[in-house]
Amino acid sequence: MTTIDLATPAEALPPRRNRVWAKLRRNVAAMAGVVIVGFFVMVALLAPVLPISGPAETDWGAVRKPPSTAHWLGTDEIGRDILSRMIWGARASLLAGVVSVAIAMAIGIPLGVLAGYAKGWSDAIIGRVTEALLAAPFLILAIALAAFLGPSLTNAMIAIGLSAVPIFIRIARGQTLNVLTEDYIESARAVGLGHGAIIWRYVLPNITPPLLVQATLTVAAAIIAEASLSFLGLGQQPPAPSWGAMLNTAKAFMEQAPWMAFWPGIAIFLVVLGFNLLGDGLRDALDPRDT
Amino acid sequence: MLLFIGRRLLVAIPTVILISIFVFFLQKLLPGDPVLALAGEDRNPEILEYLREKYRLNDPLYVQYFQWIGNALRGDLGISLRTQQPVLELIGEKLPVTLQLAVMALVFAMVIGIPAGVISAYYKGTWIDWVANVIALSGLSVPNFWLGIMMILLVSVNLGWLPASGYRPFSDDPLQSIRTMLMPAFVLGTAIAATLMRHTRSAMLSVLQSDYVRTARAKGLREKVVVLRHALKNALVPVVTVITLLFGELLAGAVLTEQIFTIPGFGKLVVDAVFNRDYAVVQGIVLCTAITFILMNILADALYRVLNPRIGAP
Amino acid sequence: MQTKYLLSTTAALMFTTSLALAQDFRIGLAEDPDILDPDQSRTFVGRIVYAAMCDKLVDITPDLEIIPMLATGWEWSSDGMTLTMTLREGVTFHDGEPFNAEAVAYNINRSKTLDESRRKSEVASISGTNVVDEYTIEIMLANPDATLLAQFADRSGMMLSPKAAEEMGIGFGNAPVCAGPFSFTERVQQDRIVLTKFEDYWRADEINFDTVTYLPITDDTVRLANLRAGDVDMIERLAATDVASVQADDGLLLEQAVSLGYQGLTVNVANTDRSETPMGQDATVRRALSLAIDREVLNQVVFEGVFAPGNQPYPPTSPWYNSDFPVPARDVEAAKALLADAGAEGISVEVQVSTNPVAQQVVQVVQAMASEAGINISIVAKEFATLLSEQTAGAYEISQIGWSGRVDPDGNIHQFMTCEGGINDSGYCNPEIDTLLNAARTSTDVATRKESYDAALAILQEEMPIIYLYHQTWIWAIDDAVAGYVPYPDGMIRLVGVSKTE
Repeated sequence: MTTIDLATPAEALPPRRNRVWAKLRRNVAAMAGVVIVGFFVMVALLAPVLPISGPAETDWGAVRKPPSTAHWLGTDEIGRDILSRMIWGARASLLAGVVSVAIAMAIGIPLGVLAGYAKGWSDAIIGRVTEALLAAPFLILAIALAAFLGPSLTNAMIAIGLSAVPIFIRIARGQTLNVLTEDYIESARAVGLGHGAIIWRYVLPNITPPLLVQATLTVAAAIIAEASLSFLGLGQQPPAPSWGAMLNTAKAFMEQAPWMAFWPGIAIFLVVLGFNLLGDGLRDALDPRDT
Repeated sequence: MLLFIGRRLLVAIPTVILISIFVFFLQKLLPGDPVLALAGEDRNPEILEYLREKYRLNDPLYVQYFQWIGNALRGDLGISLRTQQPVLELIGEKLPVTLQLAVMALVFAMVIGIPAGVISAYYKGTWIDWVANVIALSGLSVPNFWLGIMMILLVSVNLGWLPASGYRPFSDDPLQSIRTMLMPAFVLGTAIAATLMRHTRSAMLSVLQSDYVRTARAKGLREKVVVLRHALKNALVPVVTVITLLFGELLAGAVLTEQIFTIPGFGKLVVDAVFNRDYAVVQGIVLCTAITFILMNILADALYRVLNPRIGAP
Repeated sequence: MQTKYLLSTTAALMFTTSLALAQDFRIGLAEDPDILDPDQSRTFVGRIVYAAMCDKLVDITPDLEIIPMLATGWEWSSDGMTLTMTLREGVTFHDGEPFNAEAVAYNINRSKTLDESRRKSEVASISGTNVVDEYTIEIMLANPDATLLAQFADRSGMMLSPKAAEEMGIGFGNAPVCAGPFSFTERVQQDRIVLTKFEDYWRADEINFDTVTYLPITDDTVRLANLRAGDVDMIERLAATDVASVQADDGLLLEQAVSLGYQGLTVNVANTDRSETPMGQDATVRRALSLAIDREVLNQVVFEGVFAPGNQPYPPTSPWYNSDFPVPARDVEAAKALLADAGAEGISVEVQVSTNPVAQQVVQVVQAMASEAGINISIVAKEFATLLSEQTAGAYEISQIGWSGRVDPDGNIHQFMTCEGGINDSGYCNPEIDTLLNAARTSTDVATRKESYDAALAILQEEMPIIYLYHQTWIWAIDDAVAGYVPYPDGMIRLVGVSKTE
């Protein structure tokens, strides 16, 4: 960016942002996504002030009870209020989804673009590292991380993030290779634009759509991966809740207490839907070819 | 093209060695003593020490590594600490099982995902797009284990249509083999189908707006030809990358699916081996999957060149 | 050997098909067994397979009395240093080799000397054997050992064909040859183990199946679904929370037996400096934790009341249970008072637990109960291999773990509580306890032994290096076409006399 608009960096961005936001706002589906994601984010943020019982508060007289006026969403395997656990669990699950994808993108996209743009040695090295990462079983990586750093939600996010890096590298690289064959790159080079400018102005905007789609998909996978990791003892530590861990426990009670799986299941579905609608909207809004 | 593949294969050799070193040291650094993990309730220190000596677990790590790689080059991947079975034999026994599951799941995923993606992109913004999206997203957001157990309860217990779990080798009884694999493959396929659908949709949308599709339309080509021949072919470029990448996701997903449906495949083997610290087995499996991944990657890049000839040899 | 299997199997098949279809009995196991060599194996689930494949010198009744199996009688010398056993005549191994005193001598020697043998400590007291005649053997001991017969009722007493064991060495487990009702046919790791009826078995007329197939199905819900779908005939270790739904199902039977083992909290009292906590150093604090726990409620909440609350190494139903110390009722006030005495109000302690969901539920319930008495528990979940090695290494404060249980009480207490005990992970050491538990080992008189155990228990109730919580109940769910199944507290599945109507 700095290389293109040295003179007016402050004015270069806002118009574009406004345009994106305007397009996004016109998109009903995308706004539905914003509302859904926003709702869950709000709920997660408000957890401490909402009038609900503690997420670890137990009631031995109400173990695995279906939804009632006392417990709107029912109670879990040791008599805790599911509504309260859903609300507190939203924090862990949204964090797990968003942070791990942010980690994956922050590492994956620059490496992928570099590999695709520079080709040669850097491509070869990044390619090998990607392959090595892909080939190391997620489980081993996860257990090793838990062992070194101690089990916690943060480390679960790191493990999930790292395991999602290769897919971002691969997509960014593949898309970059594709974009580089386009005529407008030739013209940009002919005009004498620097590498940074070409990447910022032409490569990044053009490779963003599939990456965004992948990001919204990975958020979903990450929320579910957190469930598998809490099964390994690497995720959210009991008795603190996360949707994934709740689903994992509910597995044993599918017949006796189906509501235990229903609520976290629905919540994950809605959040995933929300992120994907948002992702679609962003994809369209960012598409430079569209008017 | 052959030159390209040959070169990639040569470059792959150091990668495989790199991966084997990485995983070898990674798992040696894991807490948990393999001999102790295997001992369970019978923890006689004398025997534990004997076994450590016998399997040379007390040697320095690099000695252990060279020993392993030396044997591996001679085709000996060691034996499983847990069952005394040769690792190569175990892999030979489990690999076909997981491959069958993965292929069947991929078929499910492609048959559902790609057409759904094309249709949804073509009818973008209409109710058809919406329905396709919601179905795809449910496939993605419903965890494998939940869907798997629900299907077992419904299809096997209540309806009695398919066996609840287990596995029959294809060579034993092809029909029964496919029957036992139908549910697991479907469960594994749904998540993949959603990913494929979303990528196909995204790629199709980009391509449908591109100049050459406009040109094709302007030339007066029939819509079907435009969409299927011109648009889809170009849209498949990123989709192919995704499919080769999904192979990894398939293997990872197979871990859970095999666990639920009690399928004696790779996924179950690797989980048990990691939990039991059965090093030789983990190492053998990693070697095997690493080689498969690299072959898949080379294949992906080769397909790229076929689908988009404008990418010259670097 | 292989041909003979084939011939006898084919013959059996041809014979039975004229009457009915060859009957296969299918059992859903909760885990995949390890190596199938009784001298090398370590898992509970492996013993379930042996119960159909490898007969032992002696067996137990459901009430834990020792009864004849391959040995028809036995006698102790007056000094308790020699055990003379009379063996069953006309028994053959699956490969046609005869079972006799030589074979017993070979097997005892193998358990004692095979480098990989996990049975060494179980038969450590044996100093030698003497083959008196074809069917009589004398077993000489280095010191009196009251636990020996109980060991012979388990893996140490399983008889392998000496010829096969010699030929296959440590690879014996890949094609085991024993003298039980069924012989080994095939095994696919993590998929199935198939055994075929042994026509020359000494009780062959009481065996009603042509083959028995064991299928490891690890998920509790899926294992039950397989039973309901008719894909298996019985399953072991039904989840306690599924008991009600199985009882309500007309097509299923339920059998249960309180196990010989226990689950509890092992406190690090002297294993490295992680023991230097109020919990580790002060028995008063441990007693307070114990009093803060409502074992009855714990059992109701997590196990729907199906398991047995407990406070000793063996369940209240055991003849060895010390009835002077019944399972204590919860008393939060008393717990608080004890904590105040110890100056340990509001202490924090870390409990490590495996990633198994049931274990996590137990610890979360304990956590909630303890917090009401002013003990703040933080839970650290660890994958099992890590948990075990950190427990052994003393890198923990409290560890939630259990023991599958042994027929003789010695197996549930000696190696945990004696100073040099093989599994003494708490680091507890009290010479008085050592004296009592060693004495209990050497006497063959039940009343004398009980006195020693009772005295030891009285001390341990004060010291509490392990806070016992409950005893698992083995639960089997069975298709109602199956008849004659008898539940045993050792959790084994004995197939003699079991039949299935089509």
